[in-house]
Amino acid sequence: MIISIASGKGGTGKTTVATNLAISLEKDVQFLDCDVEEPNAHLFLDPTIVKKEQVVAFVPQVDLEKCTFCRKCMDICRFGAMAVLKKDVMVFENLCHSCGGCFAVCSENAIMEKERSLGTIEHGVMDHISFTNGRLEIGQVMVPPIIKKVRSFTNFETITIIDAPPGTSCPVIAAMKGADFVLLVTEPTPFGLHDLKLAVETVKLLGIPHGLVINRAGLGNDDVKSYAKKQEIPILMEIPFDKKIAKIYSNGQMIVDSLPGYREKFQELFDKIMQLMENRENR
Amino acid sequence: MKELVILSGKGGTGKTSITAAFASLADNMVCCDADVDAADLHLILKPDFKKVHDFKAGHRAIIDPEKCTQCGQCIDLCRFDAVKDIFEIDSIECEGCGVCVDLCLEKAIDFSENICGQWYISSTRFGPMVHARLGIAQENSGKLVSHVRQKAKALAEKKKLNFILTDGPPGIGCPVIASIGQATAILIIAEPTVSGLHDMERVAQLSRHFNIPAMVCINKYDLNVDQTTNIEKFAESANIAVVGKIAFDPIFTQSMIQAKTIFEYDNNSQVSKNVRQVWENILSRNKFNTSFIGEI
Repeated sequence: MIISIASGKGGTGKTTVATNLAISLEKDVQFLDCDVEEPNAHLFLDPTIVKKEQVVAFVPQVDLEKCTFCRKCMDICRFGAMAVLKKDVMVFENLCHSCGGCFAVCSENAIMEKERSLGTIEHGVMDHISFTNGRLEIGQVMVPPIIKKVRSFTNFETITIIDAPPGTSCPVIAAMKGADFVLLVTEPTPFGLHDLKLAVETVKLLGIPHGLVINRAGLGNDDVKSYAKKQEIPILMEIPFDKKIAKIYSNGQMIVDSLPGYREKFQELFDKIMQLMENRENR
Repeated sequence: MKELVILSGKGGTGKTSITAAFASLADNMVCCDADVDAADLHLILKPDFKKVHDFKAGHRAIIDPEKCTQCGQCIDLCRFDAVKDIFEIDSIECEGCGVCVDLCLEKAIDFSENICGQWYISSTRFGPMVHARLGIAQENSGKLVSHVRQKAKALAEKKKLNFILTDGPPGIGCPVIASIGQATAILIIAEPTVSGLHDMERVAQLSRHFNIPAMVCINKYDLNVDQTTNIEKFAESANIAVVGKIAFDPIFTQSMIQAKTIFEYDNNSQVSKNVRQVWENILSRNKFNTSFIGEI
């Protein structure tokens, strides 16, 4: 069972909901932090890191002894990553998407695959939570391969909680696709609503059942609620706008450890998700 | 020509609200919304969407079942697992590399150009604005960001305006990198939380990697003064100027609901004073209003 936590807009409380939900469950949970540009969940869960590994992509390396400078590799490359000169071939590794086109067309076997580092993956544990996150290397742009690598560790025997990145483009898709449920976190403000609508379109495109958490409830207006009602998106939890909660978050602490009643509220949230999934299966 | 790009790493720290406020203070300015994934600046600046253009980038592979002999070569070649066993291409997985198209013996794969969003040139009450909307689940956000920035620059040149104010996307990946190339400086909007600090550190590393000068503004600074001190210490060690602090106040949300900048909502509020001071500090420190840009 994979629950992906997403939002459209950044800073609405994805990580807060994901980490507090994970810690509240009284069973084994896997936590995958897929916000690889700005991973934050480890700051709250504080897992003991047991293993680190590199995420690599393959880029071409040309053997100039074998190369006949025929330009086939340059012609097939849609990303402008190769430039064939008179007696040299330049490879722009940062532009390469590792599609393998150049390897496939080279009739002289002059192209070898070289590894390029995109980022790192960390595995850790914290009580009942097994934790994995990805971290994009500074200056790199290939985000989806790192997210896919993080997700390759999915343990289908347990509950998996994915902390997704903001937005609606390829990184978010990589963090949502194949999830059983998407929990959308929003705030009741015009920006929150605008980006929620985009997130809902994204989830609908992928055909994944979804529900809503309204964070900072009471801060803005009721437009998010009317929208959810109209779209028949169930509101599964509301977290009030409260400076105390903001302060707890700012120190890297968990709401469920600091305020009474919240552990139960997050357990309820989980039960509601399970109930929705069950109803869906019965239909 | 000067360009200030507003970033944060972490989302939701106040980039867009602060950009909108700056837009009302800046002279001779073109505003540019480079958060094409989840653009929000238009909700306050209310542009007129006068000129709408399609944004074409990349291609989408589609197998013609009439011509396909189901030889399986495309399945073997595709590194993105985008070709399904039933010889259809999953457009969400397709990277647009065209390897299957070029190497299909039957030439059975069509590769038409993809419309992945729209971009706009608009007028606002503070000046012209260039902005965009990336289609849902589309690739090429970085290319669209580069495109709107180029168009903003061309528009500024045409209208003889000398300042571009760019609202950047969250994160540090492809669209962020596309939003900072050639910029005069980056302003990082940080918030005094452990994640705010962690994420601003990564943006600071990015600015150093690409050699673009950075400044930092601490929003909601009084939410957690210890974390604010941590941000200031980090900024000092990284040689990044702190150009101001803004108080924690739901006034940002209240003005957003009325589609106003904080100055239009309450010109005399503490937050309005803070933001005005930040703006003045940016102009004076970085000589944004002269031709000299070395000493940022």
